Amino acid sequence: MAEYLLIESRDPFESNDVAYYYELARGLVEANNQVTLLLVQNAVLAARPSAKVPGLQALVSAGVKILADDFALKERGITKLLEGVQSVPIDVVVDHLEAGHKTLWH
Amino acid sequence: MPSKTITIALMDPPYESENLTTAFRILDVLARRGHNVNVFAYEGAAGLAFTKQVAHPNPVHGKNLAEENHPTTKDQVAALLALAGANGGKIDWVNCGMCVDERGVGEFVAGTRRGSPADFHAFSEASDNVLVIPTK
Repeated sequence: MAEYLLIESRDPFESNDVAYYYELARGLVEANNQVTLLLVQNAVLAARPSAKVPGLQALVSAGVKILADDFALKERGITKLLEGVQSVPIDVVVDHLEAGHKTLWH
Repeated sequence: MPSKTITIALMDPPYESENLTTAFRILDVLARRGHNVNVFAYEGAAGLAFTKQVAHPNPVHGKNLAEENHPTTKDQVAALLALAGANGGKIDWVNCGMCVDERGVGEFVAGTRRGSPADFHAFSEASDNVLVIPTK
């Protein structure tokens, strides 16, 4: 079992590629890997409870740990998050790099 | 936590992409924790440490130079190098040579150097971990 940090920077309403990245996260966790998805920049728009992003909601159910960059949330005035999404400082990226987890950016 | 060697590859040019804001925030944490950090500045990112960047006033908003307080990436790079040193770490910042020549940005912040993708390969081989931040 490997540990992955997948960093998503894109808004799913702007880029269809995001759905493929969500699928990658789901595939990795279904293959018994431990997967964290960190939303940064415009990717945090998907973490609003009012956003209709079923792919992200499915990841919560699939066992992917979902985090959102607190700075990106604050910049965009987002204070309420989808259930299962946790606001974190950017330090979390360094935590994963230090631990040797496979870290990818999209 | 013992010091680690971490490589970060950047590709975005200055003043265009939020990717760099996030990348510099990650580099700031790495520097504060005293890690040895390698940065490979590729393509547009080769201009981040270009010393002829100049802060400017904003006449449209009626702000003079001091009021505008315009940040330059060359100052941010220099600050990162100093921060790493102050915390017992080091940043080895390599500007891709061909990318630099194409853009005419061959005068770098002191402490950064010219290199090639071979440096990125060597960095990757010698690092505990690598993060590539590509352009969109």
